[in-house]
Amino acid sequence: MIQVDLSGTVGDLALSLRFEAGAGLTALMGPSGSGKTTLLRAMAGLERLSGRVQVGDTVWQAEDRFVPVHKRAVGYVFQEPSLFSHLSVEGNLDFALKRSPKTVDKGAIVDLLRIGALLPRQVARLSGGERQRVAIALALLSGPDLLLMDEPLSSLDQAARAEILPLIRDVAERVPVLYVSHDPLEVARLTQRVLYIQNGRLSARPAVTLDGLSQAEIEALALKALGS
Amino acid sequence: MWEAIRVTLLLAAVTTPLLLLLATPLAWWLAKGAGWVRDTVAAVVALPIVLPPTVLGFYLLIALGPHSPLMGLLQPFGVRTLAFTFTGLVIGSLVYSLPFAVQPIRNAFEAMGSRPLEVAATLRASPWDAFWSVALPQARRGYVTAALLVFAHTIGEFGVVLMIGGAIPGQTEVVSIRIFQAVEQLNFAEAHLISGGLLAFSFVALMIMLVIDRRFGARSAGIRP
Repeated sequence: MIQVDLSGTVGDLALSLRFEAGAGLTALMGPSGSGKTTLLRAMAGLERLSGRVQVGDTVWQAEDRFVPVHKRAVGYVFQEPSLFSHLSVEGNLDFALKRSPKTVDKGAIVDLLRIGALLPRQVARLSGGERQRVAIALALLSGPDLLLMDEPLSSLDQAARAEILPLIRDVAERVPVLYVSHDPLEVARLTQRVLYIQNGRLSARPAVTLDGLSQAEIEALALKALGS
Repeated sequence: MWEAIRVTLLLAAVTTPLLLLLATPLAWWLAKGAGWVRDTVAAVVALPIVLPPTVLGFYLLIALGPHSPLMGLLQPFGVRTLAFTFTGLVIGSLVYSLPFAVQPIRNAFEAMGSRPLEVAATLRASPWDAFWSVALPQARRGYVTAALLVFAHTIGEFGVVLMIGGAIPGQTEVVSIRIFQAVEQLNFAEAHLISGGLLAFSFVALMIMLVIDRRFGARSAGIRP
């Protein structure tokens, strides 16, 4: 169980966010600039908002404490696939593995994300989709209790998205995932549990709800969103 | 001539690692933010690029001389003056070449941005760990450039060394001063020899820098005042 109650001001945006999420994948949707990324960064401890963050039995942030990023059991997948360019793929994985406080099955994670063939490669020689798969593997190798994913597919082409989307579903079976996206179609394929955020606040219902819509209607909405 | 070459190489070999060490925290701090305090410090660090070496040398001579407050602090340790000593020369070189170490390293840290450090933190690396295992290796091109620039710059020093070193053969006489004195004595053969050597050395150093820049791709870690 993840409990979040955070508030504060970043730039011109006043945020006040309170929610709970359980196992599996919870999507966080909303227009650009609504505070999605800020929320994820604050949950990871990369940014400071005031309030409380609790994951399982562990309090990451409360009034009297702020656990630094490197002491939180958090995995973070950034929008732009972020790897260490001075290391090979295997070097990247070992970086995470070496610092993970838990025993993690490297082989299983490598298989899960199908990156076995990439291990000896240099990061610069990977495609965007390959990078993001390695980045997800990195996040899992650190043994997270919560995986935060910030639009991990938005910088990738259609083929790479189609390839990674089912992998993310598999990942969510192992660790709770909070998944930011503004692509309704993508979210519809991943989960039924969606939080909507607008102007720094969570709304109970979105402007348009996806529940009860047919796949065709959702796709039409997605196309409209892409066109605008 | 060989004495002068020995002193010069020793000076450059001592100055370069010391300066990389000194420049690292400074470059890090300058790269990690903005504001008028940082701008002021950055300007002070860059001063030796535009200041006449004699001006710098003059102030250093005063600071390292027996009547300066700085030397007053060292008096209890039996040090009266560092002017006209090899140690004084090293201190002068450190100040004189500071911008040539700080700039490339700072540029490298800035080019890296904060993302690799954020990734490191989410992978459980403490800030200290992340600095050693991510920031330093990612900035290695900046370090190579800085080391080459500082080494080459120290080899070619003239004004500052002349002011605070006094050209004592075997102690503070470096090659650039040796050239000046050879010419004054109409010993053109020696002047040719050393000048040609310095020319070749400088060219090779710059070539190495360009090749490294190309090899590692992307942005050149140029000097920015």
